[in-house]
Amino acid sequence: MATIEAAGLAIEFPLYHHNARSLKQRILASSGLRLKQDADNRVVVAALRDLSFSIGKGERVALVGPNGAGKTTLLRTIAGVYEPVAGMLRVEGEIGSLIDPAAGMDSLLTGRENVVLRALFRGMTEAEGRALADEVAGFAGLGDFLDVPTRGYSAGMNVRLAFAMATAMSPNILLMDEWFLAGDADFMKRAEERLAQLVTGADILMIATHDMTVVRKWCTRAIRLEGGRIVADGPVEDVIEADRA
Amino acid sequence: MLNTARPTHGFDAANPRRRERALEDLAGGLARWRLAWALARSDITHRYRGSILGPMWLTLSTAVMLGALGFLYAKLFRIDMTDYLPWLTVSLIVWNVLNQVVSDASGSLTGAEGVIRQMPLPYSVHAMRVVMRNALIAAHNLPLIAVVFMIFGVAPSWYALLAIPGFLLMAVAGFAAALFLGMACARFRDIPPIIGSVMQVAFFVSAVIWKPEMVGHWQPYLPINPVFALMEAVRAPLMGSPGGITVWLAAIFWTGVMVVIAWAFFVRFRGRIAFWV
Repeated sequence: MATIEAAGLAIEFPLYHHNARSLKQRILASSGLRLKQDADNRVVVAALRDLSFSIGKGERVALVGPNGAGKTTLLRTIAGVYEPVAGMLRVEGEIGSLIDPAAGMDSLLTGRENVVLRALFRGMTEAEGRALADEVAGFAGLGDFLDVPTRGYSAGMNVRLAFAMATAMSPNILLMDEWFLAGDADFMKRAEERLAQLVTGADILMIATHDMTVVRKWCTRAIRLEGGRIVADGPVEDVIEADRA
Repeated sequence: MLNTARPTHGFDAANPRRRERALEDLAGGLARWRLAWALARSDITHRYRGSILGPMWLTLSTAVMLGALGFLYAKLFRIDMTDYLPWLTVSLIVWNVLNQVVSDASGSLTGAEGVIRQMPLPYSVHAMRVVMRNALIAAHNLPLIAVVFMIFGVAPSWYALLAIPGFLLMAVAGFAAALFLGMACARFRDIPPIIGSVMQVAFFVSAVIWKPEMVGHWQPYLPINPVFALMEAVRAPLMGSPGGITVWLAAIFWTGVMVVIAWAFFVRFRGRIAFWV
């Protein structure tokens, strides 16, 4: 059973390590939209404001919206990186995260060693990691490159490896940022098959993207974020059409 | 089916359950000791990647330092070399362990920024990584003690086994320091240089290069200094004496203080770490 529920969720990034006073005067005077002062007089960026939604099993959700709308922050919050300053978040199901392909990777280790390292990150043992590496090898299609340090990989190869790793752990909830579109046509076809397989049953896919063809093809629901708020939430066509109108 | 990392997680700002979450973090971190070990090992191998001697440089640079300081200070203090050099060897190696733990502790979280902001992971893993990395470095330097003892004909004593609880105290204090200093240094970027200068002073006031008996009637007060207490709990046994009861009590006391402070801050501010790094 995979579910994601949020009520009144808010994330604020304090701006530390700056000259707070001059920054305050300069920015608060001008915009005042997303930058504000919190109770302790700090300048904070309100990254997500009062989000409430509920995502159930089998839903494939596209997060759309302009740059800086809070899409990646929302993905990271759901992954459990940031603790909300207000509101409630509840996530049930194992999370596979494809937010940054380089996360937790060591570019001096080979692809295979990186898979084992990732397995350790997930709390598995080395033996389980090596078993996983064989599984990943089959899907990533990197051939001999799997035993080459990843610093010698192209961007696309990194994406293949990251995607294969994240999906091989059979997550219930897959969080994805749009960088994975860097794969070639052959890989994209296989990725699509794999996602289709993954999302049947009790699983959730959540993807942040600007590419409307991806949204139309893969998703059943779209959430439009703007300035850290949800401005539209519903079936893909409704949300996208509302935008065009 | 692969075992799950964190099948369910939730957060309610109205009821943050900070203490339970901090406990879960520690338990999750300890359960991932394999990860901390793998990261600590790669820290060492990456640092010496492509070098011929590799991690043996750790041993060699300590040996060079010992040779130079040993001759100079034996002369300066007018002490017998055969008496002084074995003592200095133990002293410097133990000091190096402690000093390195403190300076690594300040960067325990800022150094892991890339991981912290990308994936959820118990923060205690990063503290454990610091302790394990330094245990590995210490393992490269400790054999030097045996070599010097052999050259100068110092017979090891059974008291040396007491160094094990001494090292354990240091590891616990180091773990706590890595959490506390790691957080403090992530939030306030002026703290690492402050720690650096404090440790520089500590080197001279903590009886690293001079023997404790040289301060005469001040000697009983030396354990007030936590650095001295923790060092002496390892150094005295290695030098063949059990170490006084005050030294052990002080070492345990200071470790306890460190743990309590670290725990209080960890419970309160754990959730903010991702925003600080």
